[in-house]
Amino acid sequence: MSEDVILKVRDVYRTYDIKGGLFKKASTLTAVKGVSLDVERGTTLAVVGESGCGKSTLARMLTMIDAQTSGSIEIDGLPIDISKTGISKEMRQKVQIVFQNPYGSLNPRQKIGHVLEEPLLLNTDMAPAERQDLALQMLQKVGLQPEHYGRYPHMFSGGQRQRIAIARAIMMKPRLLVLDEPVSALDLSVQAQILNLLADLQDEMGLTYVFISHDLSVVRYIADKVMVMYFGEVVEYGTRDEVFNNPQHDYTKTLFAATPRADVDSIRKRLAAKAA
Amino acid sequence: MSETSPAAKADTTKLEAESRSATKAQLAEFWYYFSQNKGAVAGLVVFVLLVLMAVFAAFIAPHNPDFQYRDSFLVPPVWQEGGKAEFLLGTDAVGRDILSRLIYGAQFSLFIGVVVVTIALVGGITIGLVAGYMRGAVDTFIMRVMDIILAFPSLLLALVLVAILGPGLINAMIAIAIVLQPHFVRLTRAAVLAERSRDYVVAARVAGAGHIRLMFKTILPNCLAPLIVQATLSFSNAILDAAALGFLGMGAQPPTPEWGTMLAEAREFILRAWWVVTFPGLAILITVLAINLVGDGLRDALDPKLKRS
Repeated sequence: MSEDVILKVRDVYRTYDIKGGLFKKASTLTAVKGVSLDVERGTTLAVVGESGCGKSTLARMLTMIDAQTSGSIEIDGLPIDISKTGISKEMRQKVQIVFQNPYGSLNPRQKIGHVLEEPLLLNTDMAPAERQDLALQMLQKVGLQPEHYGRYPHMFSGGQRQRIAIARAIMMKPRLLVLDEPVSALDLSVQAQILNLLADLQDEMGLTYVFISHDLSVVRYIADKVMVMYFGEVVEYGTRDEVFNNPQHDYTKTLFAATPRADVDSIRKRLAAKAA
Repeated sequence: MSETSPAAKADTTKLEAESRSATKAQLAEFWYYFSQNKGAVAGLVVFVLLVLMAVFAAFIAPHNPDFQYRDSFLVPPVWQEGGKAEFLLGTDAVGRDILSRLIYGAQFSLFIGVVVVTIALVGGITIGLVAGYMRGAVDTFIMRVMDIILAFPSLLLALVLVAILGPGLINAMIAIAIVLQPHFVRLTRAAVLAERSRDYVVAARVAGAGHIRLMFKTILPNCLAPLIVQATLSFSNAILDAAALGFLGMGAQPPTPEWGTMLAEAREFILRAWWVVTFPGLAILITVLAINLVGDGLRDALDPKLKRS
Protein backbone atom coordinates (compact mmCIF):
# COMPACT_ATOMS: atom_id res chain seq x y z
CA MET A 1 0.00 0.00 0.00
CA SER A 2 2.80 2.40 0.75
CA GLU A 3 4.98 1.83 -2.28
CA ASP A 4 3.52 4.43 -4.61
CA VAL A 5 3.09 7.61 -2.62
CA ILE A 6 2.40 10.56 -4.89
CA LEU A 7 1.80 13.25 -2.30
CA LYS A 8 3.90 13.38 0.79
CA VAL A 9 3.28 16.16 3.29
CA ARG A 10 5.35 16.37 6.44
CA ASP A 11 4.65 18.63 9.36
CA VAL A 12 3.38 21.59 7.38
CA TYR A 13 2.58 24.85 9.11
CA ARG A 14 1.04 27.96 7.70
CA THR A 15 0.83 31.14 9.72
CA TYR A 16 -0.65 34.48 8.78
CA ASP A 17 0.51 37.73 10.26
CA ILE A 18 -2.31 39.90 11.46
CA LYS A 19 -1.34 43.52 11.22
CA GLY A 20 -1.72 45.52 14.36
CA GLY A 21 -4.00 48.51 14.26
CA LEU A 22 -4.21 51.54 16.46
CA PHE A 23 -5.80 49.70 19.36
CA LYS A 24 -4.66 46.20 18.63
CA LYS A 25 -1.34 44.46 18.77
CA ALA A 26 0.04 42.58 15.82
CA SER A 27 -0.36 38.85 16.17
CA THR A 28 -0.10 35.70 14.13
CA LEU A 29 -2.74 33.19 13.22
CA THR A 30 -1.79 29.61 12.56
CA ALA A 31 -4.18 28.27 9.97
CA VAL A 32 -2.54 24.89 9.50
CA LYS A 33 -0.65 23.26 12.37
CA GLY A 34 1.72 20.41 11.62
CA VAL A 35 -0.23 18.50 9.02
CA SER A 36 1.34 15.30 7.69
CA LEU A 37 -0.22 13.01 5.14
CA ASP A 38 0.47 10.53 2.36
CA VAL A 39 -1.66 9.88 -0.68
CA GLU A 40 -1.06 6.89 -2.93
CA ARG A 41 -1.35 7.04 -6.68
CA GLY A 42 -4.89 6.63 -7.96
CA THR A 43 -6.58 7.01 -4.59
CA THR A 44 -8.71 9.71 -3.04
CA LEU A 45 -8.02 11.47 0.22
CA ALA A 46 -10.97 13.34 1.64
CA VAL A 47 -10.27 16.27 3.91
CA VAL A 48 -13.20 17.06 6.17
CA GLY A 49 -13.75 19.83 8.68
CA GLU A 50 -15.82 22.85 9.55
CA SER A 51 -15.38 26.19 7.80
CA GLY A 52 -12.25 28.00 8.84
CA CYS A 53 -10.41 24.89 9.96
CA GLY A 54 -7.64 25.22 7.38
CA LYS A 55 -8.88 22.93 4.62
CA SER A 56 -8.69 25.53 1.91
CA THR A 57 -5.37 26.85 3.17
CA LEU A 58 -4.02 23.33 2.83
CA ALA A 59 -5.42 23.19 -0.70
CA ARG A 60 -3.78 26.49 -1.59
CA MET A 61 -0.43 25.21 -0.39
CA LEU A 62 -0.75 21.95 -2.29
CA THR A 63 -1.57 23.83 -5.49
CA MET A 64 1.28 26.30 -5.01
CA ILE A 65 -0.95 29.33 -4.72
CA ASP A 66 0.50 30.06 -1.29
CA ALA A 67 3.77 28.94 0.23
CA GLN A 68 3.95 26.93 3.43
CA THR A 69 5.60 28.61 6.42
CA SER A 70 7.47 25.46 7.39
CA GLY A 71 7.43 21.75 6.68
CA SER A 72 7.85 19.88 3.43
CA ILE A 73 5.53 19.03 0.58
CA GLU A 74 6.58 16.53 -2.05
CA ILE A 75 4.50 15.83 -5.13
CA ASP A 76 5.52 12.86 -7.26
CA GLY A 77 9.02 13.01 -5.85
CA LEU A 78 9.38 16.73 -6.51
CA PRO A 79 9.89 18.91 -3.44
CA ILE A 80 7.63 21.96 -3.42
CA ASP A 81 8.71 25.08 -1.62
CA ILE A 82 7.72 28.07 -3.70
CA SER A 83 8.94 30.68 -1.29
CA LYS A 84 12.49 29.44 -1.88
CA THR A 85 12.63 28.00 -5.36
CA GLY A 86 9.68 29.53 -7.19
CA ILE A 87 7.49 27.51 -9.51
CA SER A 88 8.80 25.66 -12.52
CA LYS A 89 6.72 24.44 -15.42
CA GLU A 90 7.44 20.91 -14.32
CA MET A 91 5.94 21.55 -10.89
CA ARG A 92 2.95 23.23 -12.49
CA GLN A 93 2.13 20.15 -14.52
CA LYS A 94 1.93 17.93 -11.46
CA VAL A 95 -0.99 19.52 -9.71
CA GLN A 96 -4.15 21.42 -10.60
CA ILE A 97 -7.19 22.67 -8.71
CA VAL A 98 -10.98 22.75 -9.15
CA PHE A 99 -12.77 25.45 -7.20
CA GLN A 100 -15.98 25.37 -5.26
CA ASN A 101 -17.94 28.01 -7.08
CA PRO A 102 -18.31 27.27 -10.80
CA TYR A 103 -19.76 30.75 -11.33
CA GLY A 104 -16.57 32.46 -10.22
CA SER A 105 -13.91 30.15 -11.53
CA LEU A 106 -14.39 30.82 -15.24
CA ASN A 107 -13.38 34.09 -16.84
CA PRO A 108 -16.65 35.65 -18.08
CA ARG A 109 -14.92 37.17 -21.12
CA GLN A 110 -13.15 34.04 -22.26
CA LYS A 111 -14.68 31.47 -24.58
CA ILE A 112 -14.66 27.88 -23.39
CA GLY A 113 -12.18 26.81 -26.04
CA HIS A 114 -9.71 29.41 -24.87
CA VAL A 115 -10.30 28.48 -21.24
CA LEU A 116 -9.24 24.93 -22.05
CA GLU A 117 -6.35 25.91 -24.30
CA GLU A 118 -4.84 28.43 -21.90
CA PRO A 119 -2.81 25.90 -19.85
CA LEU A 120 -1.43 24.37 -23.06
CA LEU A 121 -0.63 27.78 -24.49
CA LEU A 122 1.27 28.79 -21.37
CA ASN A 123 3.14 25.58 -20.64
CA THR A 124 3.77 23.87 -23.98
CA ASP A 125 4.64 25.01 -27.47
CA MET A 126 1.94 23.14 -29.34
CA ALA A 127 0.53 24.34 -32.63
CA PRO A 128 -2.89 26.03 -32.38
CA ALA A 129 -4.59 23.25 -34.35
CA GLU A 130 -3.18 20.64 -32.00
CA ARG A 131 -4.39 22.59 -28.99
CA GLN A 132 -7.85 22.83 -30.48
CA ASP A 133 -7.91 19.09 -31.09
CA LEU A 134 -6.99 18.38 -27.49
CA ALA A 135 -9.54 20.85 -26.18
CA LEU A 136 -12.28 19.25 -28.27
CA GLN A 137 -11.33 15.79 -27.08
CA MET A 138 -11.39 17.02 -23.52
CA LEU A 139 -14.85 18.56 -23.96
CA GLN A 140 -16.14 15.19 -25.05
CA LYS A 141 -14.36 13.43 -22.23
CA VAL A 142 -16.14 15.51 -19.59
CA GLY A 143 -19.49 15.05 -21.29
CA LEU A 144 -19.88 18.25 -23.29
CA GLN A 145 -20.41 18.80 -27.01
CA PRO A 146 -17.85 20.10 -29.51
CA GLU A 147 -20.13 23.02 -30.36
CA HIS A 148 -19.65 24.32 -26.83
CA TYR A 149 -16.09 25.21 -27.84
CA GLY A 150 -16.92 28.75 -28.95
CA ARG A 151 -19.41 29.71 -26.26
CA TYR A 152 -19.06 31.97 -23.25
CA PRO A 153 -19.34 30.69 -19.65
CA HIS A 154 -22.61 32.50 -18.97
CA MET A 155 -24.32 30.27 -21.53
CA PHE A 156 -23.80 27.19 -19.32
CA SER A 157 -25.47 25.77 -16.25
CA GLY A 158 -23.64 25.30 -12.96
CA GLY A 159 -23.02 21.60 -13.57
CA GLN A 160 -21.73 22.22 -17.07
CA ARG A 161 -19.43 24.95 -15.79
CA GLN A 162 -18.01 22.60 -13.20
CA ARG A 163 -17.35 20.10 -16.01
CA ILE A 164 -15.48 22.83 -17.85
CA ALA A 165 -13.47 23.66 -14.73
CA ILE A 166 -12.57 19.99 -14.35
CA ALA A 167 -11.64 19.79 -18.02
CA ARG A 168 -9.35 22.80 -17.64
CA ALA A 169 -7.71 21.25 -14.60
CA ILE A 170 -6.89 17.98 -16.36
CA MET A 171 -5.76 19.53 -19.65
CA MET A 172 -2.15 19.28 -18.52
CA LYS A 173 -2.63 15.69 -17.37
CA PRO A 174 -1.68 16.45 -13.76
CA ARG A 175 -0.79 13.69 -11.33
CA LEU A 176 -2.66 15.27 -8.46
CA LEU A 177 -5.97 17.07 -8.58
CA VAL A 178 -7.07 19.16 -5.63
CA LEU A 179 -10.85 19.49 -5.49
CA ASP A 180 -11.93 22.29 -3.18
CA GLU A 181 -15.57 21.42 -2.41
CA PRO A 182 -16.28 20.83 -6.08
CA VAL A 183 -19.91 19.80 -5.67
CA SER A 184 -21.16 21.82 -2.71
CA ALA A 185 -22.49 24.61 -4.96
CA LEU A 186 -24.47 22.19 -7.13
CA ASP A 187 -27.85 20.59 -6.62
CA LEU A 188 -28.10 16.93 -5.69
CA SER A 189 -28.69 15.29 -9.07
CA VAL A 190 -25.88 17.30 -10.64
CA GLN A 191 -23.64 16.44 -7.69
CA ALA A 192 -24.04 12.78 -8.48
CA GLN A 193 -23.19 13.35 -12.15
CA ILE A 194 -20.06 15.29 -11.30
CA LEU A 195 -18.94 12.70 -8.72
CA ASN A 196 -19.42 9.94 -11.28
CA LEU A 197 -17.46 11.93 -13.83
CA LEU A 198 -14.65 12.35 -11.31
CA ALA A 199 -14.66 8.63 -10.57
CA ASP A 200 -14.53 7.80 -14.30
CA LEU A 201 -11.68 10.21 -14.88
CA GLN A 202 -9.77 8.74 -11.97
CA ASP A 203 -10.03 5.26 -13.45
CA GLU A 204 -9.19 6.41 -16.93
CA MET A 205 -6.27 8.73 -16.24
CA GLY A 206 -4.98 7.32 -12.98
CA LEU A 207 -5.57 10.63 -11.20
CA THR A 208 -5.01 11.12 -7.52
CA TYR A 209 -7.53 13.32 -5.71
CA VAL A 210 -7.37 15.43 -2.62
CA PHE A 211 -11.05 16.02 -2.08
CA ILE A 212 -12.02 18.79 0.30
CA SER A 213 -15.54 18.66 1.55
CA HIS A 214 -17.84 19.11 4.49
CA ASP A 215 -20.50 16.81 3.09
CA LEU A 216 -20.05 13.43 4.74
CA SER A 217 -22.32 11.54 2.37
CA VAL A 218 -20.17 12.68 -0.54
CA VAL A 219 -17.02 11.75 1.36
CA ARG A 220 -18.35 8.29 2.12
CA TYR A 221 -19.03 7.80 -1.58
CA ILE A 222 -15.73 8.93 -3.03
CA ALA A 223 -12.96 8.64 -0.44
CA ASP A 224 -10.40 5.92 0.14
CA LYS A 225 -8.87 7.69 3.09
CA VAL A 226 -10.33 10.37 5.30
CA MET A 227 -8.61 13.12 7.21
CA VAL A 228 -10.53 15.23 9.69
CA MET A 229 -9.22 18.69 10.53
CA TYR A 230 -10.15 20.81 13.51
CA PHE A 231 -8.70 24.27 14.09
CA GLY A 232 -5.79 23.60 11.77
CA GLU A 233 -4.88 20.28 13.30
CA VAL A 234 -5.42 16.78 12.04
CA VAL A 235 -7.58 15.03 14.59
CA GLU A 236 -8.33 11.90 12.65
CA TYR A 237 -6.59 10.22 9.77
CA GLY A 238 -7.28 6.76 8.41
CA THR A 239 -9.10 4.71 5.83
CA ARG A 240 -12.71 5.55 5.17
CA ASP A 241 -14.08 2.55 7.04
CA GLU A 242 -11.86 3.10 10.06
CA VAL A 243 -12.92 6.69 10.41
CA PHE A 244 -16.60 6.19 9.70
CA ASN A 245 -17.05 3.06 11.81
CA ASN A 246 -14.83 3.91 14.70
CA PRO A 247 -14.25 7.63 15.11
CA GLN A 248 -11.65 8.33 17.80
CA HIS A 249 -11.71 12.04 18.39
CA ASP A 250 -14.55 13.90 20.06
CA TYR A 251 -14.86 16.35 17.22
CA THR A 252 -15.28 13.57 14.67
CA LYS A 253 -18.01 12.00 16.75
CA THR A 254 -19.85 15.32 16.98
CA LEU A 255 -19.38 15.82 13.27
CA PHE A 256 -20.94 12.48 12.42
CA ALA A 257 -23.74 13.08 14.89
CA ALA A 258 -24.39 16.44 13.28
CA THR A 259 -25.27 14.93 9.93
CA PRO A 260 -28.97 15.64 9.55
CA ARG A 261 -31.12 12.53 9.59
CA ALA A 262 -34.48 12.58 7.89
CA ASP A 263 -36.03 9.35 9.20
CA VAL A 264 -39.18 9.64 11.29
CA ASP A 265 -37.65 8.28 14.49
CA SER A 266 -34.85 10.79 14.66
CA ILE A 267 -37.24 13.65 13.88
CA ARG A 268 -39.50 12.51 16.75
CA LYS A 269 -36.49 12.33 19.02
CA ARG A 270 -35.40 15.82 18.04
CA LEU A 271 -38.89 17.21 18.70
CA ALA A 272 -39.01 15.50 22.05
CA ALA A 273 -35.63 16.95 22.96
CA LYS A 274 -36.87 20.38 21.97
CA ALA A 275 -40.07 20.08 24.02
CA ALA A 276 -38.19 18.94 27.10
CA MET B 1 -26.95 15.21 -30.61
CA SER B 2 -27.02 11.46 -31.11
CA GLU B 3 -24.21 11.19 -33.63
CA THR B 4 -20.99 10.96 -31.66
CA SER B 5 -18.28 11.55 -34.21
CA PRO B 6 -14.78 11.73 -32.77
CA ALA B 7 -14.14 15.22 -31.59
CA ALA B 8 -10.84 15.48 -33.38
CA LYS B 9 -12.67 15.28 -36.68
CA ALA B 10 -15.31 17.79 -35.70
CA ASP B 11 -16.22 20.16 -38.46
CA THR B 12 -14.05 23.23 -37.92
CA THR B 13 -16.26 25.46 -40.03
CA LYS B 14 -19.23 24.53 -37.88
CA LEU B 15 -17.20 25.32 -34.79
CA GLU B 16 -16.25 28.71 -36.13
CA ALA B 17 -19.86 29.47 -37.00
CA GLU B 18 -20.88 28.54 -33.47
CA SER B 19 -18.13 30.72 -32.03
CA ARG B 20 -19.19 33.63 -34.21
CA SER B 21 -22.82 33.29 -33.23
CA ALA B 22 -21.81 33.40 -29.54
CA THR B 23 -20.03 36.68 -30.20
CA LYS B 24 -23.02 37.91 -32.15
CA ALA B 25 -25.36 36.99 -29.30
CA GLN B 26 -23.32 39.14 -26.94
CA LEU B 27 -23.50 42.09 -29.29
CA ALA B 28 -27.24 41.57 -29.74
CA GLU B 29 -27.73 41.55 -25.99
CA PHE B 30 -25.67 44.72 -25.66
CA TRP B 31 -27.75 46.46 -28.32
CA TYR B 32 -30.98 45.31 -26.70
CA TYR B 33 -30.13 46.95 -23.39
CA PHE B 34 -28.70 50.05 -25.10
CA SER B 35 -31.78 50.54 -27.26
CA GLN B 36 -34.08 50.35 -24.23
CA ASN B 37 -32.79 53.81 -23.38
CA LYS B 38 -34.43 56.10 -25.97
CA GLY B 39 -32.34 59.10 -24.97
CA ALA B 40 -29.18 57.14 -25.63
CA VAL B 41 -30.33 56.20 -29.12
CA ALA B 42 -31.17 59.84 -29.85
CA GLY B 43 -27.75 60.85 -28.53
CA LEU B 44 -26.10 58.24 -30.71
CA VAL B 45 -27.91 59.52 -33.80
CA VAL B 46 -26.80 63.09 -33.10
CA PHE B 47 -23.27 61.92 -32.44
CA VAL B 48 -23.12 59.95 -35.69
CA LEU B 49 -24.39 63.01 -37.57
CA LEU B 50 -21.67 65.09 -35.91
CA VAL B 51 -19.01 62.61 -36.93
CA LEU B 52 -20.30 62.58 -40.50
CA MET B 53 -20.34 66.37 -40.47
CA ALA B 54 -16.76 66.50 -39.28
CA VAL B 55 -15.54 63.93 -41.79
CA PHE B 56 -17.27 65.51 -44.78
CA ALA B 57 -16.77 69.12 -43.67
CA ALA B 58 -15.06 70.04 -46.92
CA PHE B 59 -18.12 68.96 -48.93
CA ILE B 60 -20.86 70.27 -46.63
CA ALA B 61 -19.51 73.66 -45.64
CA PRO B 62 -20.82 76.37 -47.97
CA HIS B 63 -17.75 78.59 -47.56
CA ASN B 64 -14.10 78.48 -46.65
CA PRO B 65 -14.09 78.85 -42.85
CA ASP B 66 -11.18 81.31 -42.89
CA PHE B 67 -12.28 83.46 -45.84
CA GLN B 68 -13.28 87.00 -44.84
CA TYR B 69 -16.11 88.57 -46.85
CA ARG B 70 -15.18 92.25 -46.64
CA ASP B 71 -18.66 93.39 -47.69
CA SER B 72 -20.57 91.50 -45.00
CA PHE B 73 -19.38 92.03 -41.41
CA LEU B 74 -21.73 90.80 -38.68
CA VAL B 75 -24.51 89.79 -41.05
CA PRO B 76 -27.41 88.35 -38.98
CA PRO B 77 -28.85 84.87 -39.64
CA VAL B 78 -30.99 84.45 -42.72
CA TRP B 79 -34.39 84.64 -40.97
CA GLN B 80 -33.63 88.00 -39.38
CA GLU B 81 -33.95 91.35 -41.02
CA GLY B 82 -30.83 92.07 -43.04
CA GLY B 83 -29.81 88.43 -43.28
CA LYS B 84 -28.31 87.09 -46.50
CA ALA B 85 -29.26 83.74 -48.03
CA GLU B 86 -25.61 82.78 -48.60
CA PHE B 87 -24.78 83.09 -44.86
CA LEU B 88 -27.39 80.86 -43.19
CA LEU B 89 -26.26 81.53 -39.62
CA GLY B 90 -24.77 84.93 -40.33
CA THR B 91 -21.14 86.09 -40.27
CA ASP B 92 -18.78 87.17 -37.54
CA ALA B 93 -16.97 90.47 -36.99
CA VAL B 94 -14.48 89.91 -39.81
CA GLY B 95 -17.00 88.53 -42.30
CA ARG B 96 -16.44 84.77 -41.94
CA ASP B 97 -19.41 82.42 -42.38
CA ILE B 98 -20.40 81.07 -38.97
CA LEU B 99 -22.05 77.88 -40.28
CA SER B 100 -18.88 76.86 -42.12
CA ARG B 101 -16.76 77.59 -39.09
CA LEU B 102 -19.04 75.50 -36.90
CA ILE B 103 -18.86 72.60 -39.35
CA TYR B 104 -15.08 72.72 -39.42
CA GLY B 105 -15.05 73.24 -35.66
CA ALA B 106 -16.68 69.83 -35.23
CA GLN B 107 -13.46 68.33 -36.59
CA PHE B 108 -11.45 69.97 -33.84
CA SER B 109 -13.87 69.10 -31.08
CA LEU B 110 -14.01 65.42 -32.01
CA PHE B 111 -10.26 65.33 -32.53
CA ILE B 112 -9.75 66.82 -29.07
CA GLY B 113 -12.16 64.33 -27.54
CA VAL B 114 -10.52 61.33 -29.19
CA VAL B 115 -6.94 62.34 -28.41
CA VAL B 116 -7.60 63.39 -24.82
CA VAL B 117 -9.60 60.29 -23.99
CA THR B 118 -7.02 58.03 -25.61
CA ILE B 119 -4.14 59.54 -23.65
CA ALA B 120 -6.08 59.58 -20.38
CA LEU B 121 -7.45 56.07 -20.90
CA VAL B 122 -4.16 54.40 -21.82
CA GLY B 123 -2.28 56.12 -19.02
CA GLY B 124 -5.06 55.68 -16.49
CA ILE B 125 -5.59 52.00 -17.23
CA THR B 126 -1.89 51.17 -17.05
CA ILE B 127 -1.31 53.05 -13.81
CA GLY B 128 -4.55 51.83 -12.27
CA LEU B 129 -3.82 48.21 -13.20
CA VAL B 130 -0.37 48.39 -11.68
CA ALA B 131 -1.72 50.00 -8.51
CA GLY B 132 -4.57 47.55 -8.08
CA TYR B 133 -2.54 44.50 -8.97
CA MET B 134 0.61 45.24 -6.97
CA ARG B 135 -1.05 46.72 -3.88
CA GLY B 136 1.27 47.70 -1.06
CA ALA B 137 3.61 50.67 -1.23
CA VAL B 138 3.30 51.10 -5.01
CA ASP B 139 -0.46 51.36 -4.67
CA THR B 140 -0.27 53.87 -1.84
CA PHE B 141 2.23 56.03 -3.69
CA ILE B 142 0.26 56.09 -6.93
CA MET B 143 -3.05 56.79 -5.25
CA ARG B 144 -1.66 59.64 -3.16
CA VAL B 145 -0.24 61.29 -6.28
CA MET B 146 -3.63 60.92 -7.94
CA ASP B 147 -5.32 62.41 -4.87
CA ILE B 148 -3.06 65.43 -5.17
CA ILE B 149 -4.00 65.91 -8.81
CA LEU B 150 -7.67 65.51 -7.93
CA ALA B 151 -7.40 68.11 -5.19
CA PHE B 152 -6.88 70.91 -7.72
CA PRO B 153 -9.87 72.40 -9.53
CA SER B 154 -9.56 70.77 -12.93
CA LEU B 155 -9.68 73.88 -15.07
CA LEU B 156 -7.19 75.67 -12.87
CA LEU B 157 -4.74 72.79 -13.11
CA ALA B 158 -5.20 72.65 -16.88
CA LEU B 159 -4.52 76.39 -17.02
CA VAL B 160 -1.34 76.02 -15.00
CA LEU B 161 -0.16 73.16 -17.20
CA VAL B 162 -0.86 75.15 -20.36
CA ALA B 163 0.95 78.11 -18.85
CA ILE B 164 3.97 75.85 -18.33
CA LEU B 165 3.76 74.08 -21.69
CA GLY B 166 2.76 77.17 -23.66
CA PRO B 167 -0.60 77.90 -25.28
CA GLY B 168 -1.77 75.83 -28.24
CA LEU B 169 -4.21 73.08 -29.05
CA ILE B 170 -1.80 70.14 -28.58
CA ASN B 171 -0.59 71.40 -25.20
CA ALA B 172 -4.17 72.06 -24.13
CA MET B 173 -5.05 68.48 -24.99
CA ILE B 174 -2.12 67.09 -23.02
CA ALA B 175 -3.07 69.26 -20.05
CA ILE B 176 -6.71 68.12 -20.14
CA ALA B 177 -5.64 64.49 -20.45
CA ILE B 178 -3.47 64.79 -17.35
CA VAL B 179 -6.33 66.40 -15.47
CA LEU B 180 -8.78 63.64 -16.46
CA GLN B 181 -6.38 60.77 -15.89
CA PRO B 182 -6.86 60.30 -12.09
CA HIS B 183 -10.51 59.39 -12.64
CA PHE B 184 -9.49 56.52 -14.87
CA VAL B 185 -6.79 55.43 -12.44
CA ARG B 186 -9.24 55.29 -9.54
CA LEU B 187 -11.86 53.50 -11.57
CA THR B 188 -9.45 50.93 -12.94
CA ARG B 189 -7.93 50.30 -9.55
CA ALA B 190 -11.31 49.78 -7.92
CA ALA B 191 -12.37 47.33 -10.63
CA VAL B 192 -9.05 45.46 -10.46
CA LEU B 193 -9.30 45.14 -6.68
CA ALA B 194 -12.71 43.54 -7.07
CA GLU B 195 -11.56 41.14 -9.77
CA ARG B 196 -8.08 40.12 -8.70
CA SER B 197 -9.13 37.80 -5.90
CA ARG B 198 -11.75 36.02 -7.98
CA ASP B 199 -11.31 32.32 -8.58
CA TYR B 200 -10.75 32.59 -12.30
CA VAL B 201 -7.73 34.80 -11.71
CA VAL B 202 -6.31 32.26 -9.26
CA ALA B 203 -7.08 29.51 -11.76
CA ALA B 204 -5.18 31.36 -14.48
CA ARG B 205 -2.28 31.77 -12.05
CA VAL B 206 -2.29 28.06 -11.27
CA ALA B 207 -2.34 27.40 -15.01
CA GLY B 208 0.91 29.37 -15.21
CA ALA B 209 -0.09 32.84 -16.39
CA GLY B 210 2.51 35.53 -15.68
CA HIS B 211 1.87 38.95 -14.18
CA ILE B 212 1.53 40.79 -17.47
CA ARG B 213 -0.88 38.20 -18.85
CA LEU B 214 -2.91 38.21 -15.65
CA MET B 215 -3.14 41.98 -15.66
CA PHE B 216 -3.95 42.65 -19.29
CA LYS B 217 -5.56 39.46 -20.56
CA THR B 218 -7.35 38.04 -17.57
CA ILE B 219 -8.31 40.96 -15.36
CA LEU B 220 -8.51 43.97 -17.67
CA PRO B 221 -11.28 42.74 -20.02
CA ASN B 222 -13.50 42.25 -16.99
CA CYS B 223 -12.90 45.82 -15.81
CA LEU B 224 -13.71 47.53 -19.08
CA ALA B 225 -17.43 48.24 -18.61
CA PRO B 226 -17.15 51.16 -16.16
CA LEU B 227 -14.12 52.45 -18.05
CA ILE B 228 -16.04 52.67 -21.33
CA VAL B 229 -18.78 54.65 -19.62
CA GLN B 230 -16.26 56.96 -17.97
CA ALA B 231 -14.48 57.38 -21.31
CA THR B 232 -17.62 58.64 -23.06
CA LEU B 233 -18.38 61.04 -20.23
CA SER B 234 -14.78 62.25 -20.27
CA PHE B 235 -15.07 62.75 -24.01
CA SER B 236 -17.64 65.47 -23.45
CA ASN B 237 -15.69 66.82 -20.52
CA ALA B 238 -12.62 67.14 -22.72
CA ILE B 239 -14.57 69.07 -25.36
CA LEU B 240 -15.92 71.36 -22.68
CA ASP B 241 -12.53 71.95 -21.06
CA ALA B 242 -10.91 72.55 -24.42
CA ALA B 243 -13.60 75.10 -25.23
CA ALA B 244 -13.01 76.76 -21.87
CA LEU B 245 -9.26 76.89 -22.46
CA GLY B 246 -9.94 78.23 -25.95
CA PHE B 247 -12.22 80.88 -24.49
CA LEU B 248 -9.50 81.93 -22.07
CA GLY B 249 -7.05 82.16 -24.96
CA MET B 250 -4.93 79.22 -23.80
CA GLY B 251 -6.23 76.59 -26.19
CA ALA B 252 -6.54 76.67 -29.94
CA GLN B 253 -5.26 79.97 -31.28
CA PRO B 254 -7.18 82.16 -33.70
CA PRO B 255 -8.04 81.87 -36.54
CA THR B 256 -8.60 78.15 -35.85
CA PRO B 257 -12.38 77.58 -36.04
CA GLU B 258 -12.50 75.89 -32.64
CA TRP B 259 -15.80 76.44 -30.84
CA GLY B 260 -14.36 77.83 -27.62
CA THR B 261 -12.01 80.11 -29.51
CA MET B 262 -14.95 81.35 -31.60
CA LEU B 263 -16.75 82.25 -28.40
CA ALA B 264 -13.73 84.16 -27.14
CA GLU B 265 -13.40 86.15 -30.35
CA ALA B 266 -17.06 87.09 -30.22
CA ARG B 267 -16.99 88.28 -26.64
CA GLU B 268 -17.10 91.99 -27.45
CA PHE B 269 -20.11 91.62 -29.74
CA ILE B 270 -22.36 89.75 -27.32
CA LEU B 271 -24.73 92.69 -26.93
CA ARG B 272 -24.75 93.82 -30.55
CA ALA B 273 -24.82 90.50 -32.44
CA TRP B 274 -26.28 87.62 -30.45
CA TRP B 275 -25.64 85.04 -33.21
CA VAL B 276 -21.84 85.14 -32.98
CA VAL B 277 -21.93 83.69 -29.46
CA THR B 278 -25.16 81.73 -29.51
CA PHE B 279 -24.37 79.28 -32.28
CA PRO B 280 -20.93 78.11 -31.08
CA GLY B 281 -22.43 77.80 -27.60
CA LEU B 282 -25.32 75.72 -28.93
CA ALA B 283 -22.90 73.53 -30.86
CA ILE B 284 -20.96 72.78 -27.68
CA LEU B 285 -24.16 72.17 -25.74
CA ILE B 286 -25.67 69.77 -28.26
CA THR B 287 -22.46 67.79 -28.69
CA VAL B 288 -21.86 67.40 -24.97
CA LEU B 289 -25.47 66.51 -24.32
CA ALA B 290 -25.51 63.87 -27.05
CA ILE B 291 -22.32 62.23 -25.81
CA ASN B 292 -23.55 62.23 -22.22
CA LEU B 293 -26.76 60.54 -23.30
CA VAL B 294 -24.75 57.87 -25.12
CA GLY B 295 -22.69 57.41 -21.97
CA ASP B 296 -25.84 56.90 -19.95
CA GLY B 297 -27.06 54.27 -22.40
CA LEU B 298 -23.70 52.51 -22.29
CA ARG B 299 -23.94 52.40 -18.53
CA ASP B 300 -27.35 50.76 -18.82
CA ALA B 301 -26.02 48.21 -21.28
CA LEU B 302 -22.71 47.43 -19.59
CA ASP B 303 -23.31 47.70 -15.87
CA PRO B 304 -24.34 44.26 -14.67
CA LYS B 305 -26.02 45.70 -11.60
CA LEU B 306 -28.65 47.37 -13.74
CA LYS B 307 -29.25 44.25 -15.78
CA ARG B 308 -31.88 41.72 -14.92
CA SER B 309 -29.87 38.59 -15.37
